[in-house]
Amino acid sequence: MAEITYREALKRALREELAHDPDVVVWGEDIVAYGGGGAYGVTAGLSKEFPGRIRDTPIAEEAIVGVGIGAAMGGCRPVVELMTINFALVAWDQIVNHAAKQHHMFNGKIKVPMVMRSPAGFGRTAATHSQNFDAWLSSIPGLKVVEPATPYDAKGLLKSAIRDDDPVFFIEHLQLYGTRGEVPDEEYFIPLGVSERKREGKHLTVVTWGRMLVETMKAAKTLSDEGVELDVIDLRTLRPMDLSLAIESVKKTNHAIVVEEGWRSIGLGAEIVASLQEQAFNYLDAPIARVAGLEVPMPYAKNLERATLPFADDVVMAVRAMLANKY
Amino acid sequence: MGMDMNKDELIALYRQMLLIRIFEDKSAEMYAKAKIGGFLHLYNGQEAIAVGALSALRPDDDLVTHYRDHGYALARGLNANAVMAELFGREGGTTGGRGGSMHLADVDKHFWGGYAIVGGHLPLAVGLAYANVHHKTDRIVMCVMGDGSTNIGTFHAALNWAQLWKLPVIFLVENNMYAMGTAINVHSAVIEIYKKASAHDMYAERVDGKDVLAVHEVVCRLAERARGGEGPALLEAVTYRYRGHSMADSDVQRSKSEIAEQKMRDPIPTFAENVLLKRNLLTQADMDRIQKEIEAEVEAAVQFADASPEPALNTLYENIYAHPVANMQSGGSLIGPATLYSGNGKHG
Ligand SMILES: Cc1ncc(C[n+]2csc(CCOP(=O)(O)OP(=O)(O)O)c2C)c(N)n1
Ligand SMILES: [Mg+2]
Repeated sequence: MAEITYREALKRALREELAHDPDVVVWGEDIVAYGGGGAYGVTAGLSKEFPGRIRDTPIAEEAIVGVGIGAAMGGCRPVVELMTINFALVAWDQIVNHAAKQHHMFNGKIKVPMVMRSPAGFGRTAATHSQNFDAWLSSIPGLKVVEPATPYDAKGLLKSAIRDDDPVFFIEHLQLYGTRGEVPDEEYFIPLGVSERKREGKHLTVVTWGRMLVETMKAAKTLSDEGVELDVIDLRTLRPMDLSLAIESVKKTNHAIVVEEGWRSIGLGAEIVASLQEQAFNYLDAPIARVAGLEVPMPYAKNLERATLPFADDVVMAVRAMLANKY
Repeated sequence: MGMDMNKDELIALYRQMLLIRIFEDKSAEMYAKAKIGGFLHLYNGQEAIAVGALSALRPDDDLVTHYRDHGYALARGLNANAVMAELFGREGGTTGGRGGSMHLADVDKHFWGGYAIVGGHLPLAVGLAYANVHHKTDRIVMCVMGDGSTNIGTFHAALNWAQLWKLPVIFLVENNMYAMGTAINVHSAVIEIYKKASAHDMYAERVDGKDVLAVHEVVCRLAERARGGEGPALLEAVTYRYRGHSMADSDVQRSKSEIAEQKMRDPIPTFAENVLLKRNLLTQADMDRIQKEIEAEVEAAVQFADASPEPALNTLYENIYAHPVANMQSGGSLIGPATLYSGNGKHG
């Protein structure tokens, strides 16, 4: 088993699925020529291995998604890349009114086996280029939404997403592309719709996903030195959301914090808190807390950007605040 | 300004192009020193377009651009200090460090901003032009974009609308032959971009974007048309950018020989030799002096930016809404509920 990056794990998934199924095609802006393959290098080199099946498209996200939907209806399995999640907004109509509607609206007669890959993230890129739409994307019936946090999950989930017969929005993260983790050489799949416990602990449950899992794991280390053990649940798929582990965990720890990167109000955390209190209210010793991004358009200035985003320190503070009078 | 420029006006064109070139080189240096972060899209090689075009407009004509906007900001007369401070993300910047390189603006100078979602600003330009007509002014709008922006839906929607309502907009397409790393023949079925206007029955021209006087001349004519109520136009300026798409671009996709060939006809020395020196408007000694003056101006801009403080943290919630209302957030916490605005926000 080798340690590889999240970026490399995604590429391996694409490579295996391209080799497995001739109907898989990969389209997106700057995924062939630019920098050797992709604004963030995920497709680097693939166009040489699979001539004609990896193609640069015009800058027209509405068409990238829309043409992808049509090709999927016609029997292809397109994997379309939207350079960053911010540009997915240009394709919002295609995602919501077309991709997510076809199967139900046409009474099960039409399928849209398409994956839309796109990274969230930030990096001094200001208000229109540093957004997180986890909550928004996850609010649409008919769309599946996946967000892996580790290289292992990235590969296994992308392979499942490509073989899935529904449109899947596959959320990646700029801050995760360079992270490393063990990925087996053998083929494996991770089922969509299944959460995973990433760390066992008895004092407090953290429910999280994506970049915030990495931050939470750092926080867990710090807290462990203080004698506080976090039980960390990684959702992995945001729609349909599997809260079974989270609920089970809360029944054990009696404390929960939801950690997300996106804006706090109307966020995914709000949904998770509501579901946990519906199903585990009697087990809670304290109101469930949320760690989330500040609700401001992202400023460019370094200090302001830093102030709007949650990191490990914020998770540590939230946990300490909740357990202040306990241990 | 008319088509026949006097000596001072011609020298001003040269100074502006040189200012942009030196400013951009300095920005690259500051990016390498991590004084500047995020995306930095430089304008080297394309200077003649912004300078030629804006010299043909009135200072109160409206300007909307894409994110490759430093040249437009400087040519519109924004202070180099404020522009550099914005790139540094400081309080003294054009938008107080909120926008950075891609979102320079100065509304007092009718520069309504650089925009970073490809095609996003095109309808805005049409709307600004409508507002000018609505308010019975004769101001026109210049809307700048790259070749890669002519494939997205808003391009066609904006062109059709502007033509349909005969609005005074000049759509200026800087065709530098690439959209990021994707060559024009890979991203567009029509590679002579000006022809796309014909789908909307819009008047269009193509100009050598390395020839500042040619750009000036054609924009003068298009502006006169638009101001005279004859409607919008599309101008394709053929050009080339010397650096990668942004500072994040390794630029492996363009061949070294192609770049070298393009640099052989550089808009700045070409103008200096063919016009300023040939017509004896400047001597080589004058040019050396100008170069030194501009270098000093840009160095001063760096000093200014460096000395300018970071924006205060307690300004984070400012200007999210133009009109405060009850229960609006006025402060926040990453781990708990937000602070709410306590005023009543009454209208009127
Ligand atoms: C809707 C959207 N999609 C993708 C991007 C990423 N992107 C930024 S600039 C760019 C290329 C634009 O090329 P062009 O219009 O030719 O302008 P140039 O950079 O050459 O001046 C791309 C793909 C974006 N900003 N917005
Ligand atoms: Mg271009």
